[in-house]
Amino acid sequence: MIRFDSVTKRYDGTGEALRNLSFEVDSGEMVFLTGSSGAGKSTLLKLIALIERPTRGQVLFDGRNIARMAAREIPRHRRQLGVVFQDNKLLVERSTFDNVALPLVIAGLNDREIARRVRAALDQVGLLKKERSKPGALSLGEQQRVGIARAVVTRPRVIIADEPTGNLDPWLSLEIMKLFGRFNDIGVTMLIATHDLNLLGKLGGRRIRLENGELAEPEDDALVF
Amino acid sequence: MKHWLKLHWRNCTGSLRDLAERPLATLLTAAVIGIALAMPASLNLLVKNGSNLAGSWDDARDFSVYLKLDTELSKAQQLVDQIEALTGVAQVSLTSADAALADFRASSGLGEVLEELEDNPLPHTLGVRPIEDISVAELDALGQQLAQLDAVELVQIDTEWVQRLNAMLDFLRRVVLLASTLLVIGVLIIVGNTIRLDIQSRRDEIEVLKLVGASDGFVRRPFLYVGLWYGILGGLLAMLVLLLGSWLLAAPLETLVGLYASEANLLGMDWATIGWVLAGGVLSGWGGAWTAVARHLSAIQPS
Repeated sequence: MIRFDSVTKRYDGTGEALRNLSFEVDSGEMVFLTGSSGAGKSTLLKLIALIERPTRGQVLFDGRNIARMAAREIPRHRRQLGVVFQDNKLLVERSTFDNVALPLVIAGLNDREIARRVRAALDQVGLLKKERSKPGALSLGEQQRVGIARAVVTRPRVIIADEPTGNLDPWLSLEIMKLFGRFNDIGVTMLIATHDLNLLGKLGGRRIRLENGELAEPEDDALVF
Repeated sequence: MKHWLKLHWRNCTGSLRDLAERPLATLLTAAVIGIALAMPASLNLLVKNGSNLAGSWDDARDFSVYLKLDTELSKAQQLVDQIEALTGVAQVSLTSADAALADFRASSGLGEVLEELEDNPLPHTLGVRPIEDISVAELDALGQQLAQLDAVELVQIDTEWVQRLNAMLDFLRRVVLLASTLLVIGVLIIVGNTIRLDIQSRRDEIEVLKLVGASDGFVRRPFLYVGLWYGILGGLLAMLVLLLGSWLLAAPLETLVGLYASEANLLGMDWATIGWVLAGGVLSGWGGAWTAVARHLSAIQPS
């Protein structure tokens, strides 16, 4: 489903964030990207969402090299993804409902369908009763769950998440990860960047470890567990 | 198509709601646009009224043809027929020297002094009225033709000041055109800058929209509608300024026009002016927004 083929990403002034990286993620797989800060996890996810383009190499999505995708095609590509961020990137002036509805409005669904899907997504993350609340009135965990609801509301085939539990306490982090596990159970491909090794021990999935922009051996299971 | 229309309707009403939520800032921006649109529109109205007045005075561009002092009255009457036969002449009237003196005596208050005169110093005078649609060149040619007649001492044309007025109006028309162009550019800059600030203040929102798959058109549309609303509000305010100005100036202008013995009616705001002002507002508002959006929106990308 997703294949990195000898991908290098170089930023002006800071050197190479990714070096000659090659790996593959199959459809329906749950993959955790691990590694220390600055290892290249976020850059890798940005290449999938086309927030950045690789300096060299190919990023194949469903067999198509998206690295050279025309700018006008990027919105359509992004609509195939669900993206979750550490800082959740919610619109503070809009209600929970409106935040979750945003991708559906962009996709052009009718109001009834939007309402049905938004409520279903909010129900899945346990926030149906807070659909009218604005993000400022929600806890950090609740805000992150709204971000997840927004990512899954379009029923994407792939969800990418960049440190989704970075701001949460261990109990909430586990809850969020279990939520991702449930989406993976219904066939959604998951690619989650995290440095929280304690969590990984409680979840299944494959681990890809990055070190200085290169693939490295996954952490010792003893360290993880 | 239905979805497209619905998105437009949502953006259209949503942008108006956004503007209503910050009434003071909206009113100030619309007022600046309104004043900028009202200035060329009022100048244009002034020029149109000037043209109207000049047109009404065109009817009065008669020649006064003074005959030589030794011209007999019978000869003067012959001249009346001769001149009436000329091309471009509508009507000729004769004021005899005696009639002119009697009239002068009655109107000047110098009756006793004039009684002392041995001879009548005034000549016979012909009043020549040209046809209505005569051109300036034909008018000049007719004047020269009259001056070449044997019995004619002097031909006086009173239309020079009307020609000067027309020349001035032509100049003013160009000033209006230039001022309109400059002010429309000003409105484009004002709206463009307002939208630019709006884009900057909503930077985070734009990033999120692009991240979840919004196209450039989807992100651009609300800003274009904001520019459109600014233009419409500015146009309406400009019309209000023009109406108020017309109302305030109508009475003194009528008095002024009356002093020049003109029967011309003052022209107010017509549908064409209303249309131009509104179209100017809409186009400059939308154009200014488009300029800002094209320049600044593409620079904002998710990070």
